Amino acid sequence: MNIIILSLFLAILSSCVSPTKYYWGEYENILYTQSQEPGRATPEYQIEKLQSDIQIAASKGKPLPPGFYAHLGYQYLQIGKAGDARKYFTAEKMAFPESTVLMNRFIAKLK
Amino acid sequence: MVLSFKLFACALALTLAGCAMQSKNYDKFIAANPRSILVLPPKNQSTDIHGTYSFLSTVTMPIAEKGFYIFPVTVVDQMMKENGLPSANEMHEVSLKKIKEIINPDAVLYITLHEYGTKFVVIQSQTTVVASGRLVSTASGEVIWEGQTHQVIASDSGGGGIAGLVVNAMVSQAVNSSVDYAHNVSSIASRDLFMTEGQGLLNGPYNPASTK
Repeated sequence: MNIIILSLFLAILSSCVSPTKYYWGEYENILYTQSQEPGRATPEYQIEKLQSDIQIAASKGKPLPPGFYAHLGYQYLQIGKAGDARKYFTAEKMAFPESTVLMNRFIAKLK
Repeated sequence: MVLSFKLFACALALTLAGCAMQSKNYDKFIAANPRSILVLPPKNQSTDIHGTYSFLSTVTMPIAEKGFYIFPVTVVDQMMKENGLPSANEMHEVSLKKIKEIINPDAVLYITLHEYGTKFVVIQSQTTVVASGRLVSTASGEVIWEGQTHQVIASDSGGGGIAGLVVNAMVSQAVNSSVDYAHNVSSIASRDLFMTEGQGLLNGPYNPASTK
């Protein structure tokens, strides 16, 4: 009896959880890995994961979260790809105008 | 019929959750009406050096899903380090004026991690994450929201309630180490701190439920 009540409760609870607004993919996992195992989370590793998230988000028709494009642009900056860095800093600014001051600061420093 | 029962049950669950604690006073939050939030790396008062960046990596989802623009936490951390601020303690000392000039957030969130870590006790482990947060308007310098979370979760005990089950399920997918236990509890703490109705942040402009 208790089991039935518990499983009913869990079913109701999980149906209450609303779907997320953004597609989260690997972004937060990458932030964690970068801080705990910086040797593993190289810019190349992060770019590969985040580019794959862009594809999946597009296929699901969901937006990517705040900071995602800026973080990706910053990885391109680390490996000297100024063109790609500019592209994603601009994408962050277009998706979230709140980032304009910071993104313009990064873009101004690109060669 | 089934649907209406579900709706009723959801409403009941929300009401019960809402009854648990008296709602905060949000007058200053509403007056400041922030769109964008900068989260600085948490000050760490625990003995585990992993705490700061473990917790920092869990704040983006709850704050973004509440409807705010949250600045890229790791990018900001690296930028500050490159500019001569080696740790969270120094970053918390930067003036609001300077932060506004360089990054331009509407509000800055200062988090302190009071406890972070896992204790192994005979056949089970107990993971504790205690954190508090203070949101400060960069326009007025006023504190517009304060909150705290206290999570203690036992694992491998066969108990621990629903949260324990969730953590066990999450940990079984990750590397089975104390670091990851505490990291998963940080995610729960982070959601509790920012998303609890009547205690966490109000809905921001990107939240479809926002009444603004």
